[in-house]
Amino acid sequence: MAQSATANILTVLDTDFKGIIEEWLGTQVKEGVKRSDLFSDAESRAQNRELLKAFSKGIRDGVTGEDFDLDDDQWDDLRAVLADVSRERVSRGVTPTEMATFVLALKAPLFKRLEALETSDHSVLIRDVMLVTRLVDAFAIYTNEIFINEREQIIDRQRQEMLELSTPVVELWDRVLTLPLIGTLDSARAQEVMENLLQTILERQAEVVIMDITGVGTVDTQVAQHLLRAAAAVRLMGAECIISGISPMIAQTMVQLGIDVGTVSTRSSIRTALSDALLTVGYVIKKTGDQ
Amino acid sequence: MPLPSYAAFDESDLGAQVLLSQHKLKSSGDAVTARQAVARYMKDNGASALSVTRFATAVSEIARNAINHAGGGEFSIYVDRGRKQLTVVCWDKGPGIADVKLALSDGYTSGGGLGRGLGGAQRLAGRFEIRTAVGAGTSVLMSVTL
Amino acid sequence: MAGVTSINLVERALLVSIQDDITDTEILELQDRLSNRIAQNRIDGVILDISALEIVDTFVGRVIAQLAGISKLLAAETYVVGMRPTVAVTLVELGMYLPEIRTALSLTHALAQLRRV
Repeated sequence: MAQSATANILTVLDTDFKGIIEEWLGTQVKEGVKRSDLFSDAESRAQNRELLKAFSKGIRDGVTGEDFDLDDDQWDDLRAVLADVSRERVSRGVTPTEMATFVLALKAPLFKRLEALETSDHSVLIRDVMLVTRLVDAFAIYTNEIFINEREQIIDRQRQEMLELSTPVVELWDRVLTLPLIGTLDSARAQEVMENLLQTILERQAEVVIMDITGVGTVDTQVAQHLLRAAAAVRLMGAECIISGISPMIAQTMVQLGIDVGTVSTRSSIRTALSDALLTVGYVIKKTGDQ
Repeated sequence: MPLPSYAAFDESDLGAQVLLSQHKLKSSGDAVTARQAVARYMKDNGASALSVTRFATAVSEIARNAINHAGGGEFSIYVDRGRKQLTVVCWDKGPGIADVKLALSDGYTSGGGLGRGLGGAQRLAGRFEIRTAVGAGTSVLMSVTL
Repeated sequence: MAGVTSINLVERALLVSIQDDITDTEILELQDRLSNRIAQNRIDGVILDISALEIVDTFVGRVIAQLAGISKLLAAETYVVGMRPTVAVTLVELGMYLPEIRTALSLTHALAQLRRV
């Protein structure tokens, strides 16, 4: 028997391409992974068709003997379609398990058709089933990888967005800026905060900056370093920097850690920092009436 | 274009990068030309203002070292075809550095300086490699991703 | 545009705009000329406008710090104005906080501060 290992599989795919798609969809429904709440029938069918087409192409060109590697060029199409489908599905909230089961559901319709082939010599059938299993399994594993990748990208993007959200520089008054810091201050964020702050100083020609750390959970040596470096950069640009919101506990910790703030002004509350800042730019806060 | 034999780096350190320009380092004006060439290329290829300033500062430090401590040297700029990476190599035939680790630490100076130059350049550049031996000159390679 | 950097007298301060292509030799020469001018005239301050500088490395930083020291001995304050954000970040990273100098956002700010003295 001189035919290649993929001959029967390709015959099955070519003879009943449409039928396989329908049955694949059917299995997906049975397994509860065809999310009709998220995808219309037409959408699901179109996705399955694209995937199966690319999968067949890969089998035709990308299997040597019984060996294949989904990273090879011959599998480009499948990887591209898969990337699209996964992106779509991740964005609509499909889980990785659902996605893997969705791919694995392709086995049943293929097995059934291989079994029905005339050539049904048992050893050939076993060989074909094994190859299909390996192919579909690799397909599913790859899907899972893409899926996880896609989710990581989303997490990354969200982290980036949160980073930007959490470091707003607010113009409190003419030439007075405040930077309310909240949460933790790691190196990446400190850098981001510093750049953003210095740029705003330039744009607004701000003379005083209040960095308020009321919302910063803990101040260890590293956080203190970040704060002092930011303060030093602010001073180099020609603005004054006040660090406010230093609670008694933080003050104690800083002294215990031996952190020397040098010439940077510090205040316990943003209230006093604000009145000092306004004074610097020439304003006094005055009470009106007799209340 | 191959590096001259007295540069301690060769093509294997540059990967697929090609020579963009080469500068002689003799007077302090040459250091300005070299770092401005680097800055211009980075800006033209979309590098952020901060990354330009950081890398150009590092370039200025190593170019000055070659001029002041080694009586001059040469400076080459290499780029990859995708314009995503820029590498500079600066080499001299000066006295070399006996203790590189010491020279890279803040506060060390071989004469008159503040002793932050080399260590500072290392901190500012993405990739920083130095090859030197007493009497054999000094070569520094630095890279930045655009 | 290499050449002699001009020194202008504004009120009782010497104003210098430093260009981006200034060389080590030129900046040392500038330091020398400024020191002489401070000693000759009755000067309260030296204002260095570095807004054109794309980089300030350890050498330039050191010269500026020395100039501040010299001025102080001659009873004048040195202001650096117009430092770019990227330069400030890089200097801090180099560990050069320049405590010797005074800083201001712009020439106007520096002059206002000098008048208050």
